[in-house]
Amino acid sequence: MSNDIALRTDDLEVTYTGNREVTAVDGVSTEFAENKLTAIIGPSGCGKSTLLKALNRLHEIQPNAEITGEVYLGDEAIYDTDDPLPEIRRRVGYVPQTPTALPLSIYNNVAYGAKIHGDHSSEELDDLVESYLRKVNLWDEVKDRLDDPGAELSTGQVQRLCLARSLAVEPEVLLCDEVTSALDPISAEQVEETLEDLKEEYTIVMVTHSMDQAKRLADDVIFLYLGELVEANDTRSFFENPQHERTQEFVKGHTAVDYDDEPDEESVTDEQPVATR
Amino acid sequence: MGTTETPSEGANRLDRRLLLERLSSYWLVGAGLFAVALFGLIVLTLVQQSIPIVSEYSLFQMMTSSNWDPAADEFGFLPAIVGTIYVTVLSMAMGTPLAILAAIYIAEYAEGRTKMLVSSFIDVLAAIPSVIFGLVGLIVVVPFVGDYLAPAVGAHSIGLGIVTVSLVMAIIVTPFMISLSVESLEALPDELRESSLGVGATKWETIRTVLLRAAGPGIFSAILLGFGRVFGATIVPAMLIGGQTAIPESPFDAGETLPTLIVNDFGELMSIPLTQSALILVGLMLLVIVWLFNFGAMLVRRRLQRRWQY
Repeated sequence: MSNDIALRTDDLEVTYTGNREVTAVDGVSTEFAENKLTAIIGPSGCGKSTLLKALNRLHEIQPNAEITGEVYLGDEAIYDTDDPLPEIRRRVGYVPQTPTALPLSIYNNVAYGAKIHGDHSSEELDDLVESYLRKVNLWDEVKDRLDDPGAELSTGQVQRLCLARSLAVEPEVLLCDEVTSALDPISAEQVEETLEDLKEEYTIVMVTHSMDQAKRLADDVIFLYLGELVEANDTRSFFENPQHERTQEFVKGHTAVDYDDEPDEESVTDEQPVATR
Repeated sequence: MGTTETPSEGANRLDRRLLLERLSSYWLVGAGLFAVALFGLIVLTLVQQSIPIVSEYSLFQMMTSSNWDPAADEFGFLPAIVGTIYVTVLSMAMGTPLAILAAIYIAEYAEGRTKMLVSSFIDVLAAIPSVIFGLVGLIVVVPFVGDYLAPAVGAHSIGLGIVTVSLVMAIIVTPFMISLSVESLEALPDELRESSLGVGATKWETIRTVLLRAAGPGIFSAILLGFGRVFGATIVPAMLIGGQTAIPESPFDAGETLPTLIVNDFGELMSIPLTQSALILVGLMLLVIVWLFNFGAMLVRRRLQRRWQY
């Protein structure tokens, strides 16, 4: 990891203080290289999603989440800062696990953030919407129906729409939370292709369940186990020459999850039930 | 499954289960049809009982005449219609914005104990029988309107009247609309909030552009149920509206609504056949208007659901 560092965590700890206190992320210090795709892997309930959301303070919408440590975006701290929260979240975008169209037209789903952050003429917005829809390989599929509700697209299309919406506010880092896990194999492949294209230009941090996906897409891999960082390395070394015993087991496919050790599942947001309408 | 069951016993058992299955579907269809039949029966009764008055006077004439004097064979509904519209529009205009703002506060801003306290308080408020609001209205709202509010806007009021009823009805339906709106907002998946906040929107932008739309059909229904309650409200208007059978000149005047027309007159005048028929016609009008409104609302709701789906 000799490249420039886009994002860095320093002894990051997230605790949910509900009925039972659970430390979902436990003292994680790691780095995310610029213009690379870093995959966060690990068994269910190991705090992957919590770590991801802590990178742009999105976990704060949950009541009872407490955090210590710090995250640096470049050289700037994002917790101990005067920068307003919306600006931090614009710079570090987030795409949720469940493909979620906002209750707006396809056009306005993409233009949503851009409209909030700046004054654009309608021609500028038209151009912006087109360019980001092209960037996620969705333009040709939707160009004739931009005024239709975003939710009328297929799930795979919605997920690419989410990517376009996030990219349209020109973030420096893009956080993707298992963005293909709710998709059928063909849609998942399309989203993966899009991510493959995007990682040339963006720093992407992606949570995934799938080791194959991490192998295919990631430049670097971070392995979390029960909230603790076990191993972080470039993808090749990580899979071919894992250092840590726990990683070796996990990579071999003997995930060796000791479920008795797992934190209380209701308190760990990694595996939130897919919300129904 | 019992291990000692012979094949024929097993077959018998299956027969019995299938019979029960068939019977149960009959019962359920029957229960459903019964509800429909009940509705049809009510409408038919009202229509049949309205015929005498409609054959005597034209519907248009009754709806546009402001003179209600059954002893003199004068049946004008206009004051009641105007009063009903006044009360409904005023109460909803006062209650709806308040309900939506309060629902947003409870669903999106209030946390922990405060949230529990406020929402349980509102649920309690929604469960109070309206007659109690009527009593409190008599003691508190009537003097407030008569002595302070009306003079403050340069109007004259005896205290009883359309504004008084509207205030009290707004207080009655608002908690009800709040509860239902909170439910719609809280049912929204967190991903909607995360998606919007995740591109750098503020909480208020998220609420205004995303959450209020996504919960829009639900909130719309909540407002509509509130509307239905105000429109059909009987006891509070009967207690507080002043029972005046003339077209109100200002909202501070006393007046009447369609339901109060029925309750005020039905006791003494049911004995005169034509009056009875006129009152039943009023009931029929109430029913038809509510039904038309619900039907229209269903269409609007369907459009909203398509437009604002997520």
